[in-house]
Amino acid sequence: MSVVDPVMPDLLESEVEADLRSTVRTLLEKRASPAEVLRRTESDEPVDRALWAALIEVGITGLAVPEKLGGAGASWREAAVVGEELGRALAPVPYLGHSMAVAALLAVGDEDLLPELAAGERTATLAVSFSTMPGSASVGTTSVADARTADVLLVPAGTGASAELIAVEASTATITPVISLDMTRPLADIDIDASGGGRVVARGQAACAAVDHALRIGAMLLAAEQVGIADRVLEMTVAYLKERRQFGRIIGSYQVLKHRCADLWVALTQARAVARYAAVCAATDADDLSVAIALAKAHCGPAALRTAEEGVQLHGGIGFTWEHPAHLYLKRAAADAIALGSADRHKATLATLVDIPGPG
Amino acid sequence: MSDLMRRVTEFLAAHDPAATDRWEFLRARFDAGLARIDWPQGLGGLGASPAEQAAVDAAFAAAGAPNNRPALGIIGLGMASPAILRHGTSKQQQRLLRPLWTGEEIWCQLFSEPGAGSDLASLATRAVRDGDDWVVNGQKVWTSLAQFARRAILVTRTDPNVPKHEGLTYFVLDMKAPGVEVRPLRQITGESEFNEVFLTDVRIPDADRLGAVGEGWAVAMTTLMSERTTIGGGHSPRNAMVAPLMNTWRSRPELRTAGLHERVLELWVQAEASRVAGVRRRQAQAAGRPGPEGSAAKLSFSELNQRITAVETELLGAEGLRYADWRPERAPEGTVPAANRRYLRSRGNSIEGGTSEILRNIIAERVLGLPPEVRVDKDIAWKDLPR
Repeated sequence: MSVVDPVMPDLLESEVEADLRSTVRTLLEKRASPAEVLRRTESDEPVDRALWAALIEVGITGLAVPEKLGGAGASWREAAVVGEELGRALAPVPYLGHSMAVAALLAVGDEDLLPELAAGERTATLAVSFSTMPGSASVGTTSVADARTADVLLVPAGTGASAELIAVEASTATITPVISLDMTRPLADIDIDASGGGRVVARGQAACAAVDHALRIGAMLLAAEQVGIADRVLEMTVAYLKERRQFGRIIGSYQVLKHRCADLWVALTQARAVARYAAVCAATDADDLSVAIALAKAHCGPAALRTAEEGVQLHGGIGFTWEHPAHLYLKRAAADAIALGSADRHKATLATLVDIPGPG
Repeated sequence: MSDLMRRVTEFLAAHDPAATDRWEFLRARFDAGLARIDWPQGLGGLGASPAEQAAVDAAFAAAGAPNNRPALGIIGLGMASPAILRHGTSKQQQRLLRPLWTGEEIWCQLFSEPGAGSDLASLATRAVRDGDDWVVNGQKVWTSLAQFARRAILVTRTDPNVPKHEGLTYFVLDMKAPGVEVRPLRQITGESEFNEVFLTDVRIPDADRLGAVGEGWAVAMTTLMSERTTIGGGHSPRNAMVAPLMNTWRSRPELRTAGLHERVLELWVQAEASRVAGVRRRQAQAAGRPGPEGSAAKLSFSELNQRITAVETELLGAEGLRYADWRPERAPEGTVPAANRRYLRSRGNSIEGGTSEILRNIIAERVLGLPPEVRVDKDIAWKDLPR
């Protein structure tokens, strides 16, 4: 139980982070336009492998990995900046799953696989259901994110003292694509052949801790992504309200619409701050990390979803069409609100962490 | 130790707080430039960045130095001083800032009127030139601290023949001047926290005008932007906003219900999000990147405080049905009023210092760049506006 006031770290963006943001944004504006993202959701290849390769070139896969393991020696702070930009663009790349696998391997100090993953030579994901809450005992392998393009699957097996974390070649597993609510992030069900090899990278408590750490880093990156979603939808919506006319007026001059946008902006301002706080806590492995992540997921998920819902509504009829990207953002926001623990489940975690017990 | 903190140490060595008269001590601190370090040299400050002000205040407090009673000085410090620093003449600054900062002169703000709240520029209090003086007539309302104030910042109409924003002039008023009458106003909680102020043939010397004739709106804007930062921007530790609710929740398990648990958790999350956003905003300000988030802070504080005190009142059940005292005396300073009194008082949070509706307009127009409200009164002389 921690009800002590934590010392607040620097929540502002460094110059290095601003440069990274601008590099990633420029690349995504060129290569992942809304039309391109929509076109890809209807193709046989829902992940943009060429874009993923270009982002690996920029170095996004090794940000949080120390230099001696082939990474950039930066931190999860910088990784969160990338997460935010990928969310803004709904970029169809397996960054989140790959980052969770990297986080798990960092937690166990693996030196075999990490250099390849940091360099982006191979792509991995954590083979757990995407709805898994950090701290869950049972993880399941249905609706796994970013599995279809993974070369390596990190699979948690067993429980307690007999728990293991196994690195499995994806080619030896049965990966069945499912149709995802979020059209821009493909999911798959995974069947691991019980007799089929793989390398045990951690056992017992270390394996459980690595999975939990990976889920928490995933939740932190997801909060950053949710900020990106809310930011882009609000930007798009405000631009539309400034151009659309009805009853002889720009509709953005109607106070009822302005006030709804103002409320979204307030929620976004707060989401940005709490997501940033979670990223900084992750980067420094701060004592307050658990609280910071639960807070970020409890706030950012609903903020992004509400913004995406309002985005559809405020665009009127065009926002309800297939050709406009509003539905892609809504689907991503709705899926993200479930992924890695819903806001309600994170609030239940907070109840314990900050001592707000329930009745009885 | 920084140069600044060395100055503080030297000052405290030269002026033993235990052996020095309160006002003498505060005046000396002002004259040493250690009152508000970001104010100009010779005017209480050193022209320094405000980043170290908190450390300076803490060092003075630790040495047992008298403070300038910031709760009583809030209007002077938060609202009058930015206007005086930005728009006052050197003579006015020399005369007004020291007693303002020491707390020898308490200030109030004569802006709102019965017919001009959110639409402040439509105010009707008239000031008419008479030789070296102005003669003022009108009525102001919602004036905090007027019963204690020695001085007021005052906006008046000096030219009714031009559009409303152009005919305003800003003054510093001596609250002891003949013709100034303060009447307490009773509010929703039963208390009298605010006043009505009636101005009848009050004479103000032209030397007490702040800014040019007809340019009162610009001075008022300086004042009001500072007000929003003051109201929404205080530093708060984790749990500060929800502390009374949390204390009751933790210590009275028999009152808890599942539905209230959901709401309490949600309020904790929102209060903490608002707090972390505030920390980030202050960091940006300290780094010289002030943003528009002040309006967001005031808006979310108002709504959260209303929701928190409502849940707390409901949680208390039978106790929430009983009210401590409807008499108009204010609760003594430093006591935490009962939840239901705070609930009633919180209704004012979304009205005072800019209504939530006006703040949303500001965010939508100045931050998001949405089109301004259709204005029907912009180019019409004030005297011709329908009233």
